[in-house]
Amino acid sequence: MATEGNPIIDVKKLTKTYCGGRIRALTDCSLTIRKGEVVVIVGPSGSGKSTFLRSLNLLETPTSGQIIFEGTDISDKKTDINLHRQRMGMVFQHFNLFPHMTVMDNLILAPVKVRHEDPEKAKERARELLSKVGLSDRESAYPIQLSGGQKQRIAIVRALCMNPDVMLFDEPTSALDPEMVGEVLEVMRDLAKSGMTMVVVTHEMGFAKEVGSRVIFMDGGKILEDKPPKEFFENPENERLKLFLSKVL
Amino acid sequence: MWWSNLFAGMSPSNFFNFSFLPKYASFFIQGVEYTLLLSVVSVAISVIPALILALMRLSKSGIVRTISGAYISLFRSTPLMVQLYIIYYGLFSLIRIPSYTILGFIDITRFIPGVVALALNSSAYVSEIFRAGILAVDQGQMEAARSLGLSKWQGMKFVVLPQAIKNILPALANELVTMVKESSICSVLGMSELIWGAKTVASTTYKTLAPYVLAAIVYFAINYPASKVIEAIERRMRRGDRR
Ligand SMILES: Nc1ncnc2c1ncn2[C@@H]1O[C@H](COP(=O)(O)OP(=O)(O)OP(=O)(O)O)[C@@H](O)[C@H]1O
Ligand SMILES: [Mg+2]
Repeated sequence: MATEGNPIIDVKKLTKTYCGGRIRALTDCSLTIRKGEVVVIVGPSGSGKSTFLRSLNLLETPTSGQIIFEGTDISDKKTDINLHRQRMGMVFQHFNLFPHMTVMDNLILAPVKVRHEDPEKAKERARELLSKVGLSDRESAYPIQLSGGQKQRIAIVRALCMNPDVMLFDEPTSALDPEMVGEVLEVMRDLAKSGMTMVVVTHEMGFAKEVGSRVIFMDGGKILEDKPPKEFFENPENERLKLFLSKVL
Repeated sequence: MWWSNLFAGMSPSNFFNFSFLPKYASFFIQGVEYTLLLSVVSVAISVIPALILALMRLSKSGIVRTISGAYISLFRSTPLMVQLYIIYYGLFSLIRIPSYTILGFIDITRFIPGVVALALNSSAYVSEIFRAGILAVDQGQMEAARSLGLSKWQGMKFVVLPQAIKNILPALANELVTMVKESSICSVLGMSELIWGAKTVASTTYKTLAPYVLAAIVYFAINYPASKVIEAIERRMRRGDRR
C-alpha cells in the first residue's frame, strides 16, 4: 500500500547545519512520502526529528539538498513558499494558538487573510470541523480558557481549515498532561482514517504501531531505519534502533 | 554660625517668590502648552519611522540591519542639542517654511524643525522599544502564522504586533514623559516652550531663581502623576497575563 500513492513530498539529500557548519543537525536525509501515508518519525532527543519536520515546510532553510512538494522544488529560493505552506498544515508541541484571538478568529485568520475567503463561509467550515473534534461550544473562548488537550485539538482544526494536502505534527502530545493525550491521538487517528497524508514526530509508540504506515528512526541527524511498523518493532536491524527500542518500549 | 552664610541666598523667599505670576502667568501657561504639543507630536510622529527601523533591525539582510543600527547608534550617541542645531541650521536652511502661527503663539518656522529633530531622535529610542516588544513575543507565534501561509508582514500585523503592543505602550508612554523633559532643549532656538518662558520671565524681572523653580514644579506636576498612572497600567496588564 505504501508504494501505491503518488509521491507528495520528496526529500533529496537534505543537510542542515547551524552556526556556520559547526553543528550538524541533518546529514543527507532522503525520504519519499506518498499520498495517504502516515509516516511516523521516532528517535532520541537531539537526533534531528524536529529539524527534519520543520524543513519540510521551510520553517528551517536547508543548507543543501532539495524538498519537492507536489512537483515543485520548494527549497528553491525563487519559489513563493507562502503559496505552498497553505497546503501543508503544521501542529506544534506547544500549540502556538494566537492568545489575543478567540478560537473562531484563530481558525479563520488564514482562510480569510491568505485565501481571501468570505468570513461567513470560513466560519461555517470552521464550525463543521470544530464539531468533528467535539469543541463546538468553545468557538468564542480564548485559548487561555482551554485545557491543553482542547488547545491542541483547536490547533489541529486551525491547520485543517486551510484544507491542506499534508499535516505535519511535531510531538503534538508531549506538552500534555497524560490524561489529555488520548483525546488528541483520537483526533489524529480519525484524520489518518479519513486519508490525510501525515508526518508525525512522536514518542507515542502505540500510535506508531497502530496508525503508522511507515516508521522512521533517526539518530545523529541521519535516517537509519524506514519500515512498516510491524517489521520496525519486531525485527529491528540497526543496533542503535535496538538500543532505542529497549529504552522506550 | 559660619555655614549659615552659605545658605543666605537660598531662603524660601527666593525659592518661592512667585510675585511675578499675576503679570507673567501667560509665559508659563503658553509654555506648558507648547511643551506638551511639541512632545506629543514628536513622539506620535516617531512611531512610524521607529516601527520601520525596528523591523529593519530584525531583518534577515545584514545590510538592512546595519543601516538601521547605524541610524539608531548615531542618534543615541550624540547629544540632542547637537542634533537640534544641525537639523535647524543645516536641514532647515534648505527648506523654507512659510511663517504661520498656531494657537496664536506657536511659530511654525521654529516649531516644525523642533518637531523634526525630536521625532528623529525619538524614533531611535522608540525603535528599540518596538524591537524589545516584538522579541518578547514567543517565536512560535510567528512560526504558526507562517506555517498557515501568512507572509512575514501579515504575521507581524495580525499575530505578533497585536501581542507586542502590550509591552510597547507603557514604554512608549515613558518615552513621552522623557520627551516632555528633553524638549526643554528647544528653548535654545527660541521655541517658546516652558523653559523659554521661565528664562524670559527671569531676565525681565531679574528674579533668577523662582521662575525656574516654578518651571520645575510644573514639569513635576505633569510627569510624576503620568509615571504613576503608567506604572499602574503596567501592573494591571501584567496581572491580565496571568489570568
Ligand atoms: N536553531 C538552532 N541552532 C543551533 N542548533 C540547533 C538549532 N536547532 C536545532 N539545533 C541542533 O540540532 C540538533 C537536532 O535538533 P532537533 O531539535 O531537530 O532534535 P529533535 O530530534 O527534535 O530532539 P527532541 O526530541 O529533543 O525534540 C540538536 O543537536 C540541536 O541542538
Ligand atoms: Mg524536537
